[in-house]
Amino acid sequence: MNETTTYTTDLKSRLLSSFSQFEKELNGSISSPIHTLRKDALEQFDRLGFPTTKHEEWKYTDIKGLLKQDFDFAPTNNGVSTSVYDVQDLLIPDAEANILIFVNGIYQVGLSKIVSPSQDIIIKDFTEAYTTHASVIDSYFAKFAAYNTNAFVALNTAFAQKGSFIYVPNNKIVEKPVIIYHIADTSVGKPVSMPRNLLVTGKNSQASVVEVYLTKGEGTSFANTVTEIVIQENASLEHIKIQNEGSEAYNIGTTQVYQVRDSKFFSVTISLNGAIVRNDLNIVLDDQNCEANLYGLYMPTGKTHIDNHSLVDHAKPHSYSNELYKGILDGKSTGVFNGKIFVRQDAQKTNAFQSNRNILLSKEASMNTKPQLEIFADDVKCSHGATTGQLDNDMLFYLRSRGISLEKAKALLMHAFAADVVNQIKIEPVRHYIENAITSRLTE
Amino acid sequence: MLSIKNLQANIGDKQILKGLNLEVKAGEVHAIMGPNGSGKSTLASVLAGREDYEVTGGEVLFYGKDLLELSPEERAREGIFLAFQYPIEIPGVSTTNFLKTAVNEVRKARGQEPLDAVQFLTRMKEKMKLVEINQALLSRSLNEGFSGGEKKRNEIFQMAMLEPKLAILDETDSGLDIDALRIVAEGVNKLRTKDNATVVVTHYQRLLDYIIPDFVHVLYQGRIVKSGPKELALELEEKGYDWIKDEVSA
Repeated sequence: MNETTTYTTDLKSRLLSSFSQFEKELNGSISSPIHTLRKDALEQFDRLGFPTTKHEEWKYTDIKGLLKQDFDFAPTNNGVSTSVYDVQDLLIPDAEANILIFVNGIYQVGLSKIVSPSQDIIIKDFTEAYTTHASVIDSYFAKFAAYNTNAFVALNTAFAQKGSFIYVPNNKIVEKPVIIYHIADTSVGKPVSMPRNLLVTGKNSQASVVEVYLTKGEGTSFANTVTEIVIQENASLEHIKIQNEGSEAYNIGTTQVYQVRDSKFFSVTISLNGAIVRNDLNIVLDDQNCEANLYGLYMPTGKTHIDNHSLVDHAKPHSYSNELYKGILDGKSTGVFNGKIFVRQDAQKTNAFQSNRNILLSKEASMNTKPQLEIFADDVKCSHGATTGQLDNDMLFYLRSRGISLEKAKALLMHAFAADVVNQIKIEPVRHYIENAITSRLTE
Repeated sequence: MLSIKNLQANIGDKQILKGLNLEVKAGEVHAIMGPNGSGKSTLASVLAGREDYEVTGGEVLFYGKDLLELSPEERAREGIFLAFQYPIEIPGVSTTNFLKTAVNEVRKARGQEPLDAVQFLTRMKEKMKLVEINQALLSRSLNEGFSGGEKKRNEIFQMAMLEPKLAILDETDSGLDIDALRIVAEGVNKLRTKDNATVVVTHYQRLLDYIIPDFVHVLYQGRIVKSGPKELALELEEKGYDWIKDEVSA
């Protein structure tokens, strides 16, 4: 009797075992400081393992669906930088911007376009940047994103090699935004990418960066991103993250922001589609007079699950943070909002506000929302609130009584609901792209 | 135009309308008066199609069509307009944008071409004068932060834009000072033609000094218990509703 046994190794073991191959192909660079961090991160990943729903931060986000996928993970695949990828129709139209395109994690020189002068902003693929700006990278890489507590951050850090490096020197105002596209091409298997981005804005500088996650084809993909952001004195950064992937795309990412005196951070996270989307946005306001604005809009439908975790850590006095996340949930989708605000003992005169508002369009959709305020200072102004409800019947009746169909009335109200977040996007072509995506969703 | 026969309606388990009859012809103005809780606003809401009310009996024909079969938007497209007692505030939707959608949906249903941006604006400017409403107000979110008078003027402005056959004004005078009242009433009067009709639902006679009714009906305990010429309104103003109540219970 013949017995066939199929040995399937789990995703964690496969990722761990591919590290030695990854190291081999890094050639000489394994003696660099970042490689020491990579090795340390790999150990942390091994120790932590993927989180289950027993983990407090993953209580409502079950990643079993991700772990059972048979992904093609080739950490050192340098692919062929090519222009054969027909991605133009996926991109944001009419955007006058610096454009970086990654396909399955690999930088596509031929498709990318840097238009701002290099004395104003340095925009590079991470691998290349480590040969030209190693000292900047060594000063900031993995200094802020905690790879000893978050398994996905550890995993990303262990394999950190590809991604974007953006550095704005002191006193530079960069007019044109940087748009970074991460496209998963699912026609060639089940791609995994581990984008690692580092954005550093120098003193008195100003810039806008947009991260866009898209899928080509209908297949399965996994992106595990870490973006570290450093905003120096009196600098200002606008950061937009757009997730509009296919329904089989797993997108997990941490954006780690470190702010010092008089700096401003402005963030908008728009999550439209995916299988599981998990965003961790962690901001440390580590000096006086910092300002952080966090906006989010998520519109899951079908079986999509979208989880937004945020942490605003007021470490020093006289800073301000304002957070508004809104969700429109349809189908059997699920959403999570977990917003933490820490006000440390030192952080007197803090102003911190948080609001999460949700509309459930179907009886089968659900939302878990949890605000967490931990205040250790006594002279602060903080507020938070969360609501989950349906579209307002009185509003619908009013619109219908003027001849507007139920469907159009709903669409008008949802547009208005989303507009509070969408209108925060100052880059016009990006805002239009989002408005159109919402319109086509609402008229489906 | 409108023929209501033995209309009965509930909210929850409570019967509000208990067999109401009313005939309205083109060119007429009818006033429906009555004490609080008599069913005046229920009548207005049921005619506009608010789903909170359940119609348990009777019929409503509008140009021979069964109105009760139609959705609120279909009624609006047939030419019914309700000026709300409490216009709803809708944050994020500008009056202009909302009205453009409404006007063109109504036109589409009537087989007319949609108005383009220029035509719409021209028509808007013309109608704005009727109720002395300004552009700035119309580009703001619908009714959000509007004063009581602004909200009511906006209702009549919408009516002017939609050109209904039957306008139902639900307590349009409530919360208005005398100047606002005059502006609103003049707007309504200017919109009167021999082809349309107006039903004014009100508790007080005041509005009827400006919008002169052809008929006055007294609604009490869910029925019209008395009808008469415009002088009936003055009598009610002078004597209150108690004599009507006495007549009914006698």
